[in-house]
Amino acid sequence: MSESDVTRKGVEGARPGREALTGARAGRRRRRRGRGEQPVVPDARFSSYYGKPVLNKPTWKPLDIAGYLYLGGLAGGASLLAAGAHATGRPDLARVTKLGAAGAITVSLGALVHDLGRPARFINMLRVVKPTSPMNMGSWLLAGYAPLTMAAAAADVAGRYRLVGAGATAAAAALGPAVATYTAVLLSDTAVPSWHEGYRELPFVFAGSGASAAAGLALAFVPAAQAGPARRMAVLGAALELGAFQLMKRHIGLAAEPFEQGRPHKLLRAAEMLTAGGAALAAYAGAGAGPRAGWRGRAPAVAAGLALLTGSAALRFGVFHAGVHSAEDPKYTVVPQRERMRARAG
Amino acid sequence: MTEGKTTAVNAAGGDPPPSRKLFSGPQPNVAQAAGYPDAPPRMGFFTDTSVCIGCKACEVACKEWNSVPEDGLELTGMSYDNTQGLGADTWRHVAFIEQRKPLGGQEPGVDHSGFDVFEAARNLGSSPASPGPGATAPSPESAPAGAPAGSISPVSPDGRTELRWLMSSDVCKHCTHAACLDVCPTGALFRTEFGTVVVQEDVCNGCGYCVPACPYGVIDQRKEDGRVWKCTLCYDRLGVGMEPACAKSCPTDSIQFGPLEELRERAAARVAQLHAAGVTDARLYGESPDDGVGGDGAFFLLLDEPEVYGLPPDPVVTTRDLPAMWKHAAMAAASLAALGFASFVRRPR
Repeated sequence: MSESDVTRKGVEGARPGREALTGARAGRRRRRRGRGEQPVVPDARFSSYYGKPVLNKPTWKPLDIAGYLYLGGLAGGASLLAAGAHATGRPDLARVTKLGAAGAITVSLGALVHDLGRPARFINMLRVVKPTSPMNMGSWLLAGYAPLTMAAAAADVAGRYRLVGAGATAAAAALGPAVATYTAVLLSDTAVPSWHEGYRELPFVFAGSGASAAAGLALAFVPAAQAGPARRMAVLGAALELGAFQLMKRHIGLAAEPFEQGRPHKLLRAAEMLTAGGAALAAYAGAGAGPRAGWRGRAPAVAAGLALLTGSAALRFGVFHAGVHSAEDPKYTVVPQRERMRARAG
Repeated sequence: MTEGKTTAVNAAGGDPPPSRKLFSGPQPNVAQAAGYPDAPPRMGFFTDTSVCIGCKACEVACKEWNSVPEDGLELTGMSYDNTQGLGADTWRHVAFIEQRKPLGGQEPGVDHSGFDVFEAARNLGSSPASPGPGATAPSPESAPAGAPAGSISPVSPDGRTELRWLMSSDVCKHCTHAACLDVCPTGALFRTEFGTVVVQEDVCNGCGYCVPACPYGVIDQRKEDGRVWKCTLCYDRLGVGMEPACAKSCPTDSIQFGPLEELRERAAARVAQLHAAGVTDARLYGESPDDGVGGDGAFFLLLDEPEVYGLPPDPVVTTRDLPAMWKHAAMAAASLAALGFASFVRRPR
């Protein structure tokens, strides 16, 4: 296997041949990724086995699992809005959020099963009850939550069995926040540095992100007269998401670096701008002196809604890819562990 | 990460009852805690890399016995190691590291041209300088003068640079607190009566959660099959009193199999012997029950830092922090519920 290339400037990347020094290529790694971007932390010197990762990286497909995280958050937040709308008599808001929650959780369950190596055995998830496995707890949670959202949506659409519908709506709202936040534990309960180290703040990031996504859904599809709570949820959710994420990046040391590089960085910058912009636009749409008729009056709210929905998705994909990157580079495993050992030694 | 929680968990209340499963810290009776009242002694591996010759017999024997499929025929170009690392189809992996360092009492630059090997063979065992068959290391007294430090130079008198090869056969560590087992949502991964960790392939649904949970990067998913696979410590052989295939095939006894307690004693003696012989680099890895995974069922004697071999220097089982994770998630869920409520509360006019 040769790594050399013939370029206009001569041969590049050629092996040293007879002049090779023992171990010159082993143990150290000087590969630099990205163009022109300066690392947050200066390059730490560390040993590794030919730059090979210590960990095996997650085998999860990004679209399935990051999509699942996103849709779970969207559904959880939407269930809260649905219960509030149901209780305060906002039928349009209730209809959209109930349907949204049921649809999102159905698609996310499909993504979860699709990601399994043996999809036909998905029911094995419910073979045991195991609190040490967030995925097992999540399966039980979804097994309870998904039928509730579907019952709530079905009762709303059919306009019958109102009592059952109200009960299901309330129960789904009780489970919704857990559905939106347990996915943070799912990621954190791994050896992946950028996921594990953020275990204190990540649930709050996901809670805020779920709220802003659900608010986005409502803003995009519900008339302004009934979307007041969604506007407020957009602002509160965005503040929680962005604040908790900043806090997390400040607390986790070197494990924050993958969030600031390459594709995760682009996704997370986009998420920040879309979420902050969407929340600002939502606040503006609310301040716009009451509901105006026609497309012109709805435009800011629809734009805000779409921005919030996209921003939340970008956040989940960014967090997912940053974690995979931190598992692929031995630096993020070795350097913090060495520091920890040094600190313990005194 | 910086809060040093390891000690906090360990310090909580002296000797734990052996029957309770703990999240981290020492756990003397791991099989009993997993529900085997009359468990046999915990079995494991002690891999003494100082005598590994890199023959890869362990890799071959493992594949043969366990019918592990081919794991890619490629030449890496980085060393003799074309296996690269542990995975679904690689349960033993021999690492090769080349270093410009002398090994223990090695004396570079000695002229051997006048040395008669047949004469030396005839005198085998007749003097302390020529130990008989069965002696694999010099006794502490016969260590070369000045071996620990000083007189050994990495450059021989004729200007050649010195070289040592580190070879080490890596394997699943069969942790006392195994993250893969903890996070498995189906119960496919289980603790055997020998204290080892094994995947039940008829239960595994290929969710892949154990893969990023393992702090050593051992277990992985077999793409064409969907399920995850790893070393079973030859559970089928153990059951009938046989040693695992890799240990059986190891020609230098670098891979030693036995009751963990016995292996730990043997390892401590071996380190002391190597230190006395001037190999000050020798150290045990994964042997201490006080480490982040509660000690490994398969531990190692290394001649350099663990990360040089591709091992994490201070691995911690991720589920040690799981109670705190659930707590934070519960607080976040409560915040989200409060946020939802606040969105509907009418501002007072």
